Amino acid sequence: MLFVLPLLVFTGAIFAQSGDIASGDGGDCFILSLTAEDAPNDAGGGIDLEWTVSAHVTEPDSIVLERLDEDGAWSSIGTILPVDGSRTDEKLSNGLEYTYRAVSFYGGIPGTPSVEVSAVPARQWIHKGRIGMLILLTLISLVIFYFIEQGKRGKDLYIRRIAGLTAVEDAVGRATEMGRPVLYIPGIMDMDDIQTIASMVILGRVAMKTAEYGSSLLVPTCRAVVMSVAQETVKESYLQMGRPDAYQKGNINYITDDQFGYAAGVDGIMIRQKPAAIFMLGTFYAESLILAETGRSVGAIQIAGTAMPSQIPFFIAACDYTLIGEELFAASAYLSKEPKLLGSLRGQDVAKLFFMIVIVIGVLAATIGESWEPAARVADFFKTITSVR
Amino acid sequence: MRLFVPLTITFVAGIIMILQFFVPATQSMGESLQEWYMIVASFAIFIGAANLLQVHVHRIRFKGRNWKYSPVTIVGFSAMILTGLILGIEKGTPFNFLFLEMVAPMSATMFSLLAFFVASAAFRAFRASNWRATLLLISAFVVMLGRVPIGAMIWPRIPLISEWIMQVPNLAGQRAVMIGAAMGMVATSLRMIFGIERSYLGGAD
Repeated sequence: MLFVLPLLVFTGAIFAQSGDIASGDGGDCFILSLTAEDAPNDAGGGIDLEWTVSAHVTEPDSIVLERLDEDGAWSSIGTILPVDGSRTDEKLSNGLEYTYRAVSFYGGIPGTPSVEVSAVPARQWIHKGRIGMLILLTLISLVIFYFIEQGKRGKDLYIRRIAGLTAVEDAVGRATEMGRPVLYIPGIMDMDDIQTIASMVILGRVAMKTAEYGSSLLVPTCRAVVMSVAQETVKESYLQMGRPDAYQKGNINYITDDQFGYAAGVDGIMIRQKPAAIFMLGTFYAESLILAETGRSVGAIQIAGTAMPSQIPFFIAACDYTLIGEELFAASAYLSKEPKLLGSLRGQDVAKLFFMIVIVIGVLAATIGESWEPAARVADFFKTITSVR
Repeated sequence: MRLFVPLTITFVAGIIMILQFFVPATQSMGESLQEWYMIVASFAIFIGAANLLQVHVHRIRFKGRNWKYSPVTIVGFSAMILTGLILGIEKGTPFNFLFLEMVAPMSATMFSLLAFFVASAAFRAFRASNWRATLLLISAFVVMLGRVPIGAMIWPRIPLISEWIMQVPNLAGQRAVMIGAAMGMVATSLRMIFGIERSYLGGAD
């Protein structure tokens, strides 16, 4: 399905309706020129208006932008400042022609209106500012799918050792030996955050280990949806390990949506229950260090992971193991050892190598481009395809 | 069927969300999906509140471990809910008073603890146990010195060096993390959209 997207790019580009472009010049009107054209890269319903003002005509007290209604009357769509500017008229019907003019007012009396301009709003089938990103995404997807296929065929795929993930089993084993619970903190964001989704996938793997070892698993959550998903994920893991009796729904509970209220609640759980292993995997903000330092104070082995660059240093300083950025997303595949999932990891690494090469070529081209025009064009090309508008 | 339905929903929703980013004409479908999520999340708040009460009532009833804290939670929760629902949340209402005089200071207290935790974490991180930790210590010292007036008084170039550390090596490291994370997000999304990752449904089979 995803490979159809590039085809859409080209067919979309061919059939895309750019809408009409209209403009007009005013003679003795303060508004020197007024243009109207279909707003680009939208789902339709928008017309971009742009105007310039004259430096030789007396500045009016106010200027009103007007649109011609279906009944033939002009109605105001807003007042504009007496300087060059632009505005988008929105919530229009696609396919209908809309006519605009600007009227200057002097002491409440309307002066000469500007020329009338028209445009037809239309929906676009491709966002032209995102074509480069679409091509890159397709390339990355192809590479990842290629290596997934290689994994399925049983090709030996080397994946580097990730210390934090290798320690998961040790951490759960330690909790079992000490007779203390395992605490899993899935971050403070909701289920629409990809890090929380990745965290739920890892939770499933950790729950399998706790079910296997017979440890108690506590999952305090900051969002009600996350709690529901976590309950289902853990329940399924316990079922799969043949330990449905060991699943305790009450151990996966909602605390509060408030960031520091949640931090206080989890800190309380740490102090009272003294977990032997703490997992902090997901999206974290200022509460990261509060949680990690409290966990350290109770002597727990701590494995943290986030893709938030600002919180990674705190986890590195306070936790035993830290999954940095991409390692959080690699965790599920790494723990499962399933060939097709490991294949996606390999694809991810190859895609990263591709971007490293693009960055090096881009930097060199931009540097050389300072004195050699063709290199500057190469740099501009890379800049265009890697930019998103 | 147990796997087919959730996998189909994930696939359709995922493809729509990708399409709406690149195809403006499908943006309304993506917006609708996000609205649906908001509706589901809104209803889930009731589930969360019910879970909170259930857990603490159960703990009190069966005199569970540390049960004495549970009445405090229930009283606080009920006070906020009832005052807000019955008397409103405007300025001067009991809810507003409870929020400003209790919730906000308690949140501020938790946030303030961060200062002490930063100090203890920095003490451990900055111990010059090896050359990398020493490099970190020196970098941190220069950055902190460059951010206060005394740094420029000691040597006018310290703020410039501090800025260079933040803008060049630090930013490069952060961007590397972000690029790697973006690759991971793409791979995770593809695995879930195409049903390759199924552990969240209770197994890979």
